[in-house]
Parts: sequence; structure tokens; C-alpha cells
Amino acid sequence: MIRWLPRAWLMLIYGLLYVPIAVLVVFSFNDSRSGYTWGGLSLRWYETLFNNHAMVEAMWNSLWLALSAATVSTLIGGLTALALHRYRFRGKRVLNGMLFVVMMSPEIVLAISLLALFLLVGIQLGYVSLLLAHVTFCLPFVVITVMARLSGFDESLPEAARDLGASDFTMTRTVLIPVIMPALLAGWLLGFTLSLDDVVVSTFVSGPTYEILPLRIYSMVRVGLKPEVNALGTLLLVFSLVMLSLSQWILTRSKQ
Amino acid sequence: MPASGVSPTMSSIRQQPFGAAVLVLVWGWLLFLVLAPNLLVVGASVMTRDPGSFLSLPLNLDAYRQLMDPLYLDVFLHSLYMAAVTTLACLLIGYPFAWALSKVEKRRQLLLIFFLIVPFWTNSLVRTYALKLILATNGLINSALLSLGWIDEPVRMLYTEGAVIIGLVYLLLPFMILPLYSVFDDLREELVMASHDLGAGRFATFLHVIVPLTLPGVLAGVMLVLLPAMGLFFVPDILGGSRNLLVGNVIKNQFLDARNWPFGAAASIVLTLTMAVLMLAHRISKQRIGEEGSA
Amino acid sequence: MRAGPMKQTLLSLSNLTKQFGGKTVLDSLDLDIYDGEFITLLGPSGCGKTTLLRLIAGFEQPDCGSISLSGVDLTGTPPEGRPLNTVFQHYALFPHMSVFDNVAYGLKMEKRPPDEIRDRVEEALAMVQLQDYARRKPQQLSGGQQQRVAIARAVVKRPRLLLLDEPLSALDYKLRRTMQVELKRLQRELGITFVFVTHDQEEALSMSDRVVVLKDGVVQQLGTPREVYERPANLFTARFVGETNFFPGNVDAVNDGDIIVDVFGLKRTLRKPDFELHPGQAVHVLLRPEDIRVLEPTDEQGLAGRIVERNYKGSTLDSVIHLDDGTEVLASEFFDEDDPAFDYRLGEPVRVSWVDGWEWLLPEESSNASVGSLTDDV
Repeated sequence: MIRWLPRAWLMLIYGLLYVPIAVLVVFSFNDSRSGYTWGGLSLRWYETLFNNHAMVEAMWNSLWLALSAATVSTLIGGLTALALHRYRFRGKRVLNGMLFVVMMSPEIVLAISLLALFLLVGIQLGYVSLLLAHVTFCLPFVVITVMARLSGFDESLPEAARDLGASDFTMTRTVLIPVIMPALLAGWLLGFTLSLDDVVVSTFVSGPTYEILPLRIYSMVRVGLKPEVNALGTLLLVFSLVMLSLSQWILTRSKQ
Repeated sequence: MPASGVSPTMSSIRQQPFGAAVLVLVWGWLLFLVLAPNLLVVGASVMTRDPGSFLSLPLNLDAYRQLMDPLYLDVFLHSLYMAAVTTLACLLIGYPFAWALSKVEKRRQLLLIFFLIVPFWTNSLVRTYALKLILATNGLINSALLSLGWIDEPVRMLYTEGAVIIGLVYLLLPFMILPLYSVFDDLREELVMASHDLGAGRFATFLHVIVPLTLPGVLAGVMLVLLPAMGLFFVPDILGGSRNLLVGNVIKNQFLDARNWPFGAAASIVLTLTMAVLMLAHRISKQRIGEEGSA
Repeated sequence: MRAGPMKQTLLSLSNLTKQFGGKTVLDSLDLDIYDGEFITLLGPSGCGKTTLLRLIAGFEQPDCGSISLSGVDLTGTPPEGRPLNTVFQHYALFPHMSVFDNVAYGLKMEKRPPDEIRDRVEEALAMVQLQDYARRKPQQLSGGQQQRVAIARAVVKRPRLLLLDEPLSALDYKLRRTMQVELKRLQRELGITFVFVTHDQEEALSMSDRVVVLKDGVVQQLGTPREVYERPANLFTARFVGETNFFPGNVDAVNDGDIIVDVFGLKRTLRKPDFELHPGQAVHVLLRPEDIRVLEPTDEQGLAGRIVERNYKGSTLDSVIHLDDGTEVLASEFFDEDDPAFDYRLGEPVRVSWVDGWEWLLPEESSNASVGSLTDDV
């Protein structure tokens, strides 16, 4: 095999992955109205973006939703991972399997099933329905992240704590939680991003009273070109980069 | 999801009120928000469409029959075709990519994987929109080709089948690469060396050793790409125009616009069954090479 | 196995050099391997032994030099084209294939007819006593069984040469001893040349016809196990192979057949060594622990010291003795049940001596500064 070929392939694909993102960032500073031609540097689209009240409100709604969905799923997911790791109980494999199925399911299948449930039970489509839906699809990711951390964990530590007189609850609080903290944080960040990015599920389970960012963007990009989307995309990219770097930093630092 | 090994220190749940409370919570959540809704969808698929309350009796298989209607069957097959091409493209790009990635020195690998998941953490709608800027009739590719004088008229790229496939490949490629990278990372160089040592050339080694050992990654990648490639309805909405629909678009239209729930539900069950088949294949392929890899 | 007087060279390595990232791993190495012998490459980790094996197998290409088998140059030939096979350190069994398919793999690559493949695989499995395990997957076997599958897979192709890369290192002590005997038996029965890599000197001494001691990519010594153990070529070999006492000596006089050396003020008449000597020269007097005699303190000869450690080893009794000047001496004596006075208490004064002629002399090595530590348990 030619030695440089694998490297060249890596570089080519990385290039292609980043071209659209680069275009987005560059065009967000474009002064031209047409959207395709370069008209000089400008911050006008950022201005337009922040003057759009509906957009700003959707942004706040989305942030609040992502914050709460990530927090709830981290709480439930973290505890579930602990239970899966620590206890022997019937139906463990079923529970594991169910979480796996949720993770692999096409989003659209989850979306319509939740819509059917909410309408049947009479949960109004809005913040609550969105929260329940987002927690559901974030949950398996948190469980996986925390389980991965626990699998490399010294089993004698909990026993030592119990031996020294800690109750099960105290041991969990003083030994296990600190150990899985980095994984919990990483899981939280992942959940936050998944929630912020979700289009498919949100399309089905949101109502007119609670508009969130992805749906706002969706309605904007379906027809024609809206240059302020470039500005918004750039902001979201920077935000994701910060979040992801944070999560990687937490995970790698805790390994040392 | 890995089933956790039974360690001798595991205690039974019966003596642990705290653990029991956690389990009640998560089981409750999954039963109410995963199992019950999915049973509802199965139920809906065999009921009759009702304009007022979405669904009504009698039970029948009309929805499934409607799936066979040439009009919808065409849409389904076209969607399946686009998803299959997307998956194949991801595999053809991703397989050598993951292989090459696993050969890079370890320190750089981490950085490269980081840059692979940055797009995945970035809003997918916005990224799809960026493709529109590139592919449009007066977009970047056409402008570039025109100014270079390679073409005289803009080429129509947006609102074609190709644009939808490009969009899907772009969004889903990391989902193919990551499981493939993971199997290549686990593939022990010693096995490849052993194959050569026993007289196998490059091609025979690829066929008899590398392919079977990376098959679980291929199937995981296929599963992670093929199913979303049928469901991501916003990609054709933005890039595909009205003729290049996905199953996801059909389900969405039937549920949200046409209010034909039985039909939408039946379509979604077809997707779920596809997933079940793929998951089974993945499981079998993993068992074949021994879940622990090799001792 | 004793190689007869007609030693025919099978594999010839000449001037082999290999560098990784500017670091020389093998330095113009020459070596002839005879047909049918069991030769061991012995050395500490990083000495180049595994690299040498990989060069022979064809997984690496030498920077310069050549490898030839029965006069045919193999240097540019890929691994799949070389009539030799490898038993890998971690066995490298294909996890997706049964034991049978693993062993059959090499024959399938030769496009042998199915009947022949079946017969030869069954024969190979019978040879390693695994005929009942043909349908199992490798991960269903124990470590020792996997090891034997790996051997069967390599020898089924009837190679001229078998390369074994620390094949026993993953096994526990008892199993390792069993496999050592079994490997020797196989090598005798098959008549295949074995090139065995290990860092375990005991293994090397007990199994090989010849041992190659390697350090920093350079051959330190090449000889029979007995030569390497009893007549080490330099301080490194002496230290690496077995335990050794080093006494500093000073040449007093050189006669025709013998020399007189001053060891701790003791004048001993010793056999004249191969290298050039002149009076006043400093030498090392090497004595294996089993060559040391521990004598009663009342004895006239030997050096005074006292016992600081006693270890009962079953057949031998090992002692650590501190001489009066602080030098540590290891002694290993055969246990004599009938001698009530055999045992010494800790702290008891003794005298240390040896039988003249059992010692081995090495010249002072200017480059080697680490003579201070007299016993080196590698």
C-alpha cells in the first residue's frame, strides 16, 4: 500500500466535514444580503438575530429546556447506572436491553409513540411534554457514560466503606458519587447538547405555546435563505465547542 | 449497552431500600414513556382512522394494506433506496477512514476523534442549511465552476436525490465511523501478522481475517446510519424538494398533517422491525467472534 | 539433541541492521542457524531479540544486511512467501474461527485439497493432544490449550523453521515447565529448526542446543548452554545468565600454564585464561554460587565472613555471606541430611573458599562501571 494514502484519505474527509461549517462561519460575517456573494465584513446578521424577539425567546426556552432535561436525565440515569452496577435484581437484562433499544431506535419512532401517549393521557403539548420526551432520549446516553466509568472501578472501595461503618446510602454518597462525578458531568453535557439539537422528537411533541430554537430554525431554513441562520449557527458552533472541550477536559483530567 | 458482569460484591436489591427506590423510578419511567407509548403505536396501527379522535374501532389491517399501495410503496422504496445508498456511501468512506484513523499514533488519535465529534455536537439543522449554501444554483460550487469557466450554466444540484443523499451522508458519517473505529482499534495487529505468516496475501487476509473481525462494527454502523437515514425528515425538507421523501416524511405527514394515525403507526412499525433485524444480526456477528474479543 | 559434526547452515543472517526513529535496535548482526537445532535468542527486554525474530519472519525489513534460507535470499520476500512460521507471544488465534479452521488456515492458503487439509489438521491436533477440541472456539480453551493450537497451526505447514516469540510467557510456572518439555519433544520429533525468543535464562539453558545472548542489538555470546553458563564471554553474560559472585583480583605472576592472582589478599594459583595477561593487571574472578564452599571458621584456607541469610530450597541450601570487608557472597550447597554440622546459624562466623579450577576469569571492562553491585538478579 502507498504510505501516504491513508493520511490523504483522513485529510480529505476531515476537509469535507469542515467545509460547510467554515462556509457557515465565514458567511455569518457577510454584509451582502443575497447570501451567496461576498459583500464585505459585517456583524449585521448578529444584530438582526438579537433584534428578533421570537428568536431570542425561543433561544431562552431551548436553554431552559436543555438545562432541565439534562439535569433530570443525569439524576435518573446516574442513579440507574449505580443500581445496575451495584445490585443483583430480576429483570436487569431487560432493563439494560430496554435502554439499548431506546438508544438505537429511530428518533421518529420515539417521537410518534410519545405524541400518541401525550394525547391519550391528556398531557398538554408544551414544556412538560418536551421535558419528558427529551429526558427519555437522553437517559440511555447518561447511563452508558456513567456505567463506563464504573466498570473500571475498584470493587473493594465500597466494601471498605461498609466495613468502616457506612450505611449503603452513606457509602453511595461519600464514595460512589465522587468517583462517578466526572462521568455525571460528561453525561450532563451530552444530554444538554442532544436536547439543544433535537429536531425530530421536538417537532412532534411541542405545542404552539412553547417554541424552541431548533423548531424556530427549522421554520426559517425550510424556505429560501436566511443569512441570520449563519450567525446563529456560528454561535451554536462556538457553544458546542466549549461544551465538548469542557466534557473532554473533565473526562481526561479525571483519569489522571 | 454492555451488561454488567456479576461481581461477587454485588448485593441483592431486596436489602437495599435506596436501590429499590431508584429501580422503581427508572422502571416507572421506561414503562410509562417507552413501553406504553410503543404498545399504543402497535395498537394504533391496527385501528381505523377517525378525523375527530384520531382513532376508532374496528380493528383491521387496512393501514398495512395501504403501505402496499403503489403510491406509498414507491415512496417507501425510494426512501429505502436513498437510505441504502447513504449507508453504502458512509461505509465506503468510513471503513478506510476508521482503518487509517486506528493507525495514527495514539496521542493524535484522541485529537482527531475530538474533531470528528465536533460536527456531531453542532446543530444538525444549521449544518444542513450550510450545505444549501454550497449546493444551490447560485451557490458556492456553481459560482466556483462558473468563474473557472468549467461550466457555462449553473448545474442543478439542490432539490435532487443527490442533494438528499449528500445531506444524509454528511450528517450520519460520524455514526458509521465511530463503531468502525472501535473495532479497528480492538483489532490486534498480531492476528494480521499471523495471517500473513500462514501464507495469506493482502487480499486473503482482508477477506478472511479483517472483514469478519470488523463485521460487528460494520453492522453497528449500518444500524446507526440506515435507520436515521429513513427518518431524518428535515433533510429532504431543506435539500430535497417535494419528490425525494423519506419514510420519516411520510410518517410526519400522516401524523401531523393528514391525521392518518393508523398509517403513520404502521410505517413506524416497519422501521422498528428493520431495526430489530439489524440488532439481531449485530448480536450474532458479535457472538461469532466471542464477545470478549479473543483471550 | 546433540547436533552432529555435520552442521549445515539453514538460515544465514549477515550484517543485519535495523533502526527505529534513530535508535539502533540491531547493529550489523551476523548469525548462522543450523538445520535441525533448537536455538534461543536470550536477552533483557529491548535487546533486539523480538526485532530480530520479526526480521526473520518478514514483518519488518532490515535497513541493511540480508537474510537467506538454504542459500536463497529472503530479504525482500513478504511474510506470506517465506517457508517459515511463527508462534506468537499471545498466540494470535483467530477468534472467529474454530480450532480446526485456525489450524487449517495456512493449508487453505496453499489451496490444498480438502481431504488433505482434514487429514493434516487432524494429525497436527493429535500431535498436541487436542483432537477432541477441533470444533471449539479458541476463547473456550485454557491458556495452555490455546498455546498448543498455536503450535499446531504453525507446524501443520511443515515449515523449515519455526519462530517462537516468548510463547510461554503468558503461562503459569507449572504449565510453563510442562510446555518446555513438550516443545522439546515436538522439536525432536518434527526435526524442524526452532528459533526461540525468551528473556528467561533458565528456560533458555534447559531447552536449547545453542543460546544467543543479545544486548543492545549486539550478540554478546553464542554457544551451548553450558558454555554460556560456565564460560561467559563478558560481564553482561555472566550477570544475565544465572547468579554470579564477582571477586576483584589482581594478577601477581603469569607462568606457562597458570597464573597467580591475589583475591582479597589470598594468593591463588589459577588456570591461565584465553586473553592476554600481565602482572599487575586487574581481573574479575567469577564464581557461581554452587562453586562456593562454606567452611568452618577454624579452617585455615578461604576468606573470613559471617552468615547473614539462610534459605532452604529443598535440594540446596542457599546462603548469603558477608565477608569482613563487606563484600556479599552467594553460596548454594547441596543439602546433606547425614551431616549434623551442615547447618549454620545466622551471624555465625564462617570461611569462604572454592575449588581451584572452577573459577572463571574476565578482564576488567573499562566501559562497565556497574561492577559495584556484585550480584545482579535480572
